Amino acid sequence: MADPMKIRANVVGDSTEVKVLMSHEMETGQRKDAQGKVIPAWFIQNVRVVHNDKVVLAAQWGPSVAKNPFLSFKFKGGAKGDKIRITWVDNHNDTRTDEATIA
Amino acid sequence: MPGMIRRIVAASAVVCVFAGVVADVFAQSTADEIAKYRDALQDGNPAELWEARGEEMWKTPRGPKHVAFASCDLGQGAGVVKGAYAQLPRYFADAGRVMDLETRLVWCMVNQQGYTHADATKTVFGNGSAKRSDLEALAAYVTSRSQGVKMNVPLDEPHVHDMYALGEKMFYYRGGTHDFACATCHGDDGKRIRLQDLPNLTKVEGAQKAYTTWPAYRVSQGELRTFQWRLNDCFRQQRFPELVFGSDASIALTAYLAGRANGAEYRGPAIKR
Repeated sequence: MADPMKIRANVVGDSTEVKVLMSHEMETGQRKDAQGKVIPAWFIQNVRVVHNDKVVLAAQWGPSVAKNPFLSFKFKGGAKGDKIRITWVDNHNDTRTDEATIA
Repeated sequence: MPGMIRRIVAASAVVCVFAGVVADVFAQSTADEIAKYRDALQDGNPAELWEARGEEMWKTPRGPKHVAFASCDLGQGAGVVKGAYAQLPRYFADAGRVMDLETRLVWCMVNQQGYTHADATKTVFGNGSAKRSDLEALAAYVTSRSQGVKMNVPLDEPHVHDMYALGEKMFYYRGGTHDFACATCHGDDGKRIRLQDLPNLTKVEGAQKAYTTWPAYRVSQGELRTFQWRLNDCFRQQRFPELVFGSDASIALTAYLAGRANGAEYRGPAIKR
């Protein structure tokens, strides 16, 4: 089971600013280990952010995203106390969902 | 003829001066660009992931004796984390020695949680998700609770004072195959390894800036690294014998550098390239 995400969500004017840290190896599949064996690709493929049952961000990621990714974005609307739910799914079909309250 | 030679010499001198200026400008803009890169990284420091894992670990009963760190005294009373790192290393009467944070954590794991010393120090430096270090996560959590606290290592305590003095000696001690001392790289302004400026640790400002930003998340390694790791890797680069984790040598150097940083606000865990 992957480590929890670290989520901060704040109202800025008429938008909500969301900052997320995810714990993930994000292996490209291009690297080799000390024995010269290829380290298999292992990365987050889909990210989905839901606010009040509405998807506000859906992203497809590839192996070029860095280890322990940091994602920052804004969406229109959102009020203090609202919940946002973030889910990622990686290419091993491992997944993690975390929730945060907008401050 | 002599006049012409003189003119050529004068001309080449001008070229040399100019080249020097250009090199300075390049060095300056490189340092500026690296500073910009560091600023861009400040937001969203993955060290927070280690802090969160460490906090969980700190609060959960663990080890053969099923004891939480609530009984671990980092110098401010059992279980007190806030501000503790700013006053380490310090002398612990129950252990009879001066300890830095990591050594103290190991002591608590062995003496309170029932781990063997070998188990507690099995993975002191992590490597990816396959080999995670509990100590790095715990250090991230504990140090994060000293953010904004002024460094105040108790140097007037006799044991700490002795360790500080020993650390100072080691800092200037030249040895190994390359006849290196810590001071060889960290004793002058403007030294660098590749593009990285090296702090001048013989100056108080240099020591303060360096010490208060460890532990740090190393972007190039994707790992959070502690001060024990920093010293260990410096020893490797100097081709010294491996620095034993938690050894008196490592604690003496830590006491010296932490003591030099006294008075500065602690700002870690930081993020570095």
